[in-house]
Amino acid sequence: MNKTIRFMQGNEVCAEAAIYAGVNFFAGYPITPSTEIAESLALRLPESGGKFIQMEDEISSMCAIVGASLTGNKAMTATSGPGFSLMQEALGYAIMAEIPCVIVNVMRGGPSTGLPTQVGQGDVYQTRYGTHGDHAIITLTASNHADIFRMTIEAFNFAETYRTPVILLLDEVTGHLREKIEIPEPGKIPLVKRLRTAVKAGVDYHPYLPREDGRLPMSDFGDVHRYNVTGLYHDMWGFPTTNPPVVYGLIRHLVDKIENNTPRITRFRKYYTKDADTLFISYGASARSTLHLVENRRKRGENVGLLELQTLWPFPAEIVRDACSKVSLVIVVEMNMGQIAKEVKLAVNNPENVFLANRIDGELITPTDLRNTLRVIQGKGV
Amino acid sequence: MEKCRLLFSGSGGQGVITAAILLGEAAVRYESLNAVQSQSYGAEARGGATKSDLIIWDQPIYFPKVNQPNILICLTQAAFDKYIFSIRPGGTLVTDARFVKNPGLVDARKIELPFHDTVMEKIGKPVVLNICLLGGIIRLTGLVRLESVGALIKDRFQPSFHDINLKALDLGYELMDRQEAGG
Repeated sequence: MNKTIRFMQGNEVCAEAAIYAGVNFFAGYPITPSTEIAESLALRLPESGGKFIQMEDEISSMCAIVGASLTGNKAMTATSGPGFSLMQEALGYAIMAEIPCVIVNVMRGGPSTGLPTQVGQGDVYQTRYGTHGDHAIITLTASNHADIFRMTIEAFNFAETYRTPVILLLDEVTGHLREKIEIPEPGKIPLVKRLRTAVKAGVDYHPYLPREDGRLPMSDFGDVHRYNVTGLYHDMWGFPTTNPPVVYGLIRHLVDKIENNTPRITRFRKYYTKDADTLFISYGASARSTLHLVENRRKRGENVGLLELQTLWPFPAEIVRDACSKVSLVIVVEMNMGQIAKEVKLAVNNPENVFLANRIDGELITPTDLRNTLRVIQGKGV
Repeated sequence: MEKCRLLFSGSGGQGVITAAILLGEAAVRYESLNAVQSQSYGAEARGGATKSDLIIWDQPIYFPKVNQPNILICLTQAAFDKYIFSIRPGGTLVTDARFVKNPGLVDARKIELPFHDTVMEKIGKPVVLNICLLGGIIRLTGLVRLESVGALIKDRFQPSFHDINLKALDLGYELMDRQEAGG
């Protein structure tokens, strides 16, 4: 028996990956279908010297991880749609105050309490636009356990690299699914350490003064430097300001630090795309059904391919445009009313060739659903 | 190998989900195979018809649900009534005569075995019914070795439960062995 090979739920894999990435603080409130992440970390964090807190709700959970991160910890929370709605205010605060943290949203059917135990992918826009005001965000996703492991670590790495909250957007199917995972040896996947200031105690530290490369070294709050943190527009000291050039500079910085690094943040997988004339684009559990169909069609000699997106935001428009440039048909597969399909249409040169294959009844979209959609689009009937 | 799609069904508390997880875990950790397992959640998982999907294959498995099982296991009449029409033509139906009456006409091989009565007679604790069933499924499919699941039971269960579960596993295996040998 190989000890590093495990048979686990996707949510448990996410928790293991967070431990691998060095998480040492989790605050959350249990909600289906994300609860196994909290359960696993309640077991694992005390073993590694970390802290697990079950809070009174998701508002306080989000606030707690923001505070924990500011004081120098790697912090995360996990929830589902209804809880993620409650987290939006403090998420905006973390974006504005540039506090690294990871929020896992294991999607169920929505809106509202929706379908607690069933699958949906309706929160794609919520991760992007859920909190108010102009901002950029990083949203990652995954369709299998090896990728859940990798993307969880990427989420922590991006959070530290760009000093921003990162959303890991999973779904009920991948979260609850048990499958094989080989846990990588410690040190095999690089981890990004927090960039801490070199300014010594007793010397003025400017928490919001970017270095030449645009990054902002942090100082653990409550340690040797005194500084202010606020959700208001602020100057390099962290104090509130309405000075237009400073306001302009901050909003530009918040958006540019992510949007300008889109190629560095973009993660995706390509299957049989080189000679494809029909290209599927999908993510999360939907991508599993799509890959099932693509593998079967390839065996029959049909030129179909799959572009699986793992970074949803910032939307990898160039990758999508490039992948779609030589195909006659693009089918976006997702379990919502076409949230990524709309982005694909905006990105490509021929949006009239982009179709949506979706399922919105709480059940996982099947290869048969896709086969039927494909036939209808091709004019062959169901 | 052929892709093996199993659907374990019964009522909440019978342990059909645990049986599916053990079989999948043994396939992955001891036999170097791939497996994906999922289960029904919600109200139905707490008393009504509950089910677990398990696919075992030596190739990558993408779509994880079992719509048409090769092997359908039903431990209650309600589960049988709900899932019998999903069975793949030519598949195998495994039931316990105590729970499922007159399986009737289906395009499948029918195996009816007294898992419950055997457990009650030889062990006296209905809690190990699922492990007895699992022993039978191991013999039927030949996907994993009996020792692999035995090792998993020792790894996962409290020591005080090892003996009765290992005994139940053997009982189920022998039941199916007699069935398969006798035809």
